[in-house]
Amino acid sequence: MGARVLAAMSGGVDSSVAAALLLEQGYEVIGVTMQLWPKDLPIHHDGGCCSLSAVEDARRVARILGIPYYVLNFQDLFTREVIDPFTREYLRGRTPNPCIWCNDRVKFGALLEKARELDAQYVATGHYAQVAYDPQRGRYLLKKAVDGAKDQTYALYGLTQVQLAHVLFPLGGYTKEEVRAMARERGLPVASKGESQDICFIPDRDLKGFLERRAPGAARPGPIVNRKGERLGTHQGAIRYTVGQRKGLGIAAGEPLYVLEVDAARNRLVVGTREELYGHALEVEALNWVAVPGLEGPVEAQAKIRYRAPEAPVLIEPLTADRARVRFREPQRAITPGQAIVFYQEDRVLGGGVIARPLPASHETPPVPATSEV
Amino acid sequence: MRIYMDHAATTPLRHEVLEAMLPYLTQVYGNASSFHAEGQAARHALDGARATVAGLLGCKPGEILFTSGGSEANTTALVGIAWAYRHRGRHLVVSRVEHPSVLETARFLAQQGFRVTELPVDETGRVAPEALAQVLDDETLLVSIQMANNEVGTLQPVAELARLAHAAGAFFHTDAVQAAGQLPVDVRALGCDLLTLSAHKFGGPKGAGVLYVRQGVELARLIHGGGQERSRRAGTENVAGVVGLARALELAVQERAQVASRLEVLRDRLIAGVLEAVPGARLTGHPSQRLPGLASFVFEGGIDGESLLMRLDLEGVAASSGSACTSGSLEPSPVLLACGLPVELARSGLRLSLGTATTEAEVARVLEILPRTVAQLRKVHGASLA
Repeated sequence: MGARVLAAMSGGVDSSVAAALLLEQGYEVIGVTMQLWPKDLPIHHDGGCCSLSAVEDARRVARILGIPYYVLNFQDLFTREVIDPFTREYLRGRTPNPCIWCNDRVKFGALLEKARELDAQYVATGHYAQVAYDPQRGRYLLKKAVDGAKDQTYALYGLTQVQLAHVLFPLGGYTKEEVRAMARERGLPVASKGESQDICFIPDRDLKGFLERRAPGAARPGPIVNRKGERLGTHQGAIRYTVGQRKGLGIAAGEPLYVLEVDAARNRLVVGTREELYGHALEVEALNWVAVPGLEGPVEAQAKIRYRAPEAPVLIEPLTADRARVRFREPQRAITPGQAIVFYQEDRVLGGGVIARPLPASHETPPVPATSEV
Repeated sequence: MRIYMDHAATTPLRHEVLEAMLPYLTQVYGNASSFHAEGQAARHALDGARATVAGLLGCKPGEILFTSGGSEANTTALVGIAWAYRHRGRHLVVSRVEHPSVLETARFLAQQGFRVTELPVDETGRVAPEALAQVLDDETLLVSIQMANNEVGTLQPVAELARLAHAAGAFFHTDAVQAAGQLPVDVRALGCDLLTLSAHKFGGPKGAGVLYVRQGVELARLIHGGGQERSRRAGTENVAGVVGLARALELAVQERAQVASRLEVLRDRLIAGVLEAVPGARLTGHPSQRLPGLASFVFEGGIDGESLLMRLDLEGVAASSGSACTSGSLEPSPVLLACGLPVELARSGLRLSLGTATTEAEVARVLEILPRTVAQLRKVHGASLA
């Protein structure tokens, strides 16, 4: 029998076909579903990759495939590594990507640890992405999926070399349509689950309500101002807003106004026009390099500043090992602190990080970072 | 070949029991509450089963209430007494190591305005009779303490606890789910007012249980809508299940002494073997006052019980960390915590529970697999014990 693999299963078409393909390739496959949500969160019965129905559906698929199957409890870890930091980021006025943390810390973190305990060399998921080894550089590469529309590398840029060496993405070479066809041929479910753009632990999409439960009293009324500091109105809690948002400001103005900045420290919302929403540069922190060990000097690449944003050409100028300045050739709409920015060169992920803040257009005298760096 | 060492979770249905049940799943299909001949045939079987069970437990047929299983019987005992006698007092006493169907029901009643005392246990899992004596008062309605623990196998001094409860004017209930088939279960000798059994723990079918209710003890109903079970539990009787329960209990009582002494030998061999071959292994529960068929351990050095169970399963050994209701989760065992173990050790619990079919060869095989598995897990963590 081939190498042992832990296959994360949700009962949906992607993870089911992924497990089936591995089995056909000769791997010894063990199916697992992670229970992630703490008991104090509302349960919903369908949808997300770790919903209640996921366990029943995944168990049924494991039965069809004839593989061992276990439900693993990662509730405490998920709260500590995903839900709590998510709340903290919002309280700082930032807009985080919790799915990325879930990948880095849970699916390819704790689950990979579990795999080691079970003598499994790999963790496999139904993500649309590809891993390749670059013998010249001696590095594992993360490459876009063949199905560009389904590509999920944006949410996987944080994987380390050690993690990449132990993950399998069996679907990276197929289109979604091919995956559905393979599911039908094998008598597996064809419905999709998970990796939706919604946040799985806020099933009712009520971010306001979620933050109020997690951090009671944190959302307090405060001023809405423009770039000049002129007061335009009152908001009901700056942390409830995100950069680029237009709805829910409650200001009657001549032209549409957008959130430019969430100033959580001063509980202020800075708003402005559509033009003011566009930025030319940003500072990125917490960088993780994938295709290269690091940058020696400025490098050109394509960048995505949101999961569904189109790629835009950039110049990356390293500041420290895990911080850089990024300049866009064309101005970008709603550069949002807390969101990931992921860099690509052709189909390869160069690396990525977290947007610390937008920078003013003038690139001669970039402001000194607030934190002291070596 | 799989090795099944999880008899405390459930046991295989004995073929004699299946044979006894089959006619009531096929030919004798009447509703035991019906007027006609078909119904009367079912009623006859039900009455026979009730008489058999009563005879085996040392009570009267009218004192036997059939339920859907242990959890329903436990819930009925606590809620039934609390509601029937709430005018008399509002205090209930349970131990911290009760099965969740007792503990969670007590906590539910606490939300309804009852006062609940959860008695602590010592490091072996035993309730001290003096501790019970101290918490009893005029308000105490019911004391519910199990005969044997489901995770660590510790036996409680039930007869003594029952005497104390009665002296204080309280009723005494014991959950004997784990005890049946391994210990003598005689309601008069135990001196209890209520007692719970579950058929599938001793070779019977799932979905059938007993609550013994001493004559004269009132119970509020949990399920309304029919006069079955002397108006104490509505619902069409599970005739086949009850017939199976009675047959299984008959066999279990007949064979008990012989089975228990055989299990004790296997259990002691298993315990000695594990303690010898696995560095950092500790026996949990009481060293001697324990169920004949239950061996339970924790492992030092950051062993994750969940990973241990998965590895054993992949090696062909079915084991458990404790209650089947709570395993599959990384939460530390409340029973082990109640025994005073630190959280890290309480996550490493392993329960090996033996049954009538367990062989010497199986015990020997587990003694090969378990030390190797624990060693491999420790290697992963880099935490090797000298």
